[in-house]
Amino acid sequence: MSNKIEQVQLDVDVNGEKISRMIEPRLSLVDFLRNELELTGSHVGCEHGVCGACTVLVDGVIVRGCLMLAIQTNGAEVMTIEGQSDSGAITDLQEAFHERNALQCGFCTPGMLLTSTELLQKKSDPSREEIREYLSGNYCRCTGYEAIVDAVEAVAAVRRDV
Amino acid sequence: MKPAAFNYAKPTSVGEALGLLAKHDGDAKVLAGGQSLIPTLNMRLSTPSLLIDINGIGDLSGISVMGGEVRIGALTRHVEIENSSKIAKHVPLLALAMPSIAHPAIRNRGTIGGSIAMADPAAELPACLCALDSEIEITGPAGVRGVAAKDFFKSLYETDAGENEILTAIKIPKIAKGYRSAFDELARRHGDYAMCGVVAHGKCDGDIISDFRLVFFAVGGTPVIATDAMDAMEGMAVNDESIIAAQKALDNDLETFSDLHCSATLRMHYAKVLTKRVLTSLVKP
Repeated sequence: MSNKIEQVQLDVDVNGEKISRMIEPRLSLVDFLRNELELTGSHVGCEHGVCGACTVLVDGVIVRGCLMLAIQTNGAEVMTIEGQSDSGAITDLQEAFHERNALQCGFCTPGMLLTSTELLQKKSDPSREEIREYLSGNYCRCTGYEAIVDAVEAVAAVRRDV
Repeated sequence: MKPAAFNYAKPTSVGEALGLLAKHDGDAKVLAGGQSLIPTLNMRLSTPSLLIDINGIGDLSGISVMGGEVRIGALTRHVEIENSSKIAKHVPLLALAMPSIAHPAIRNRGTIGGSIAMADPAAELPACLCALDSEIEITGPAGVRGVAAKDFFKSLYETDAGENEILTAIKIPKIAKGYRSAFDELARRHGDYAMCGVVAHGKCDGDIISDFRLVFFAVGGTPVIATDAMDAMEGMAVNDESIIAAQKALDNDLETFSDLHCSATLRMHYAKVLTKRVLTSLVKP
């Protein structure tokens, strides 16, 4: 079917920076971040919402970057792993992942960090089971998850004591 | 895996959205949370020429209690239902089901209306609505109409909603005194589509169950109301004997199928195991 596609205007705040672009409506949020803005910390895995590698924050909550169109973030605030990392807000979590070998290839790590961050905001003392449940939407093919759960649990304990 | 090209519109009223649907007659899709629709677009199972994003229609979202029922706007996100004290109090079955619906990042975006309109046979919400005598509110060119949940799900991904209509709300009766609900499912990974799932609802007097509902999901093309098992349990005390009778009745109620995740025989076994679990949970002091 012939269908003339009209580009749409996107005005969005990404990691604190105002961005304005004309884009194709079908462009996913994660493809926009990676290909247009060169923010390649968000990864493209399954492209249908199963793996969690494309996790980013939109208006403060985690979403799948592959299950949202870029144009749907018009007027919104997007935060990627680059923004979170530069802000220093998750340095302790990043260090705990490093210390405990909670990553090997690192493909899932940005999604793991952002998802764990949301969990720790909601719950300061999650059980190991609750950590596993919250991270259930993020696949890791290297670690077997045990070290990831260890890292999140350890950071929760340290943050509670501070 | 990228979607075919489409145009994009973001109306600010239901009327405007209906106008766009009518104009594109069958060639437009409504975008709510997008958590089921966008995968189908990415896989090119669906190639609409226009996507109508209804997220700009403010009055489609929210949970309100009116008289004997709870009204949930179609655009209400799963996370809002999960955290709602009104839902926990008046529709405990939904509160029980929510944590099993996908993963946190998906519950932050996905909507109740989108899940119901998509009618995925493995989705939890359609079965919950069927068990609770809910009504689906649909708005179309001719106005607003209501359809009972059990009549809404026609077959695999097929519902009573027409191509030029929009699902606008869900109405669920408040749980009555003495009634209880239970929910359980089995999935390979928490939050993934279930291999078998069930919801139970009924009046519990001690361990005696009446007005009993047992509805399965992920075992057929639509939610399956297990009428024989319901009859077997009606007015009975939950004990080993009655549970076995209900489990036996499932051989009539369900026509399980085999897929990548499990065989038809295993799926039937799961249905029976889950039935025991929800019955036991329903009458647990």
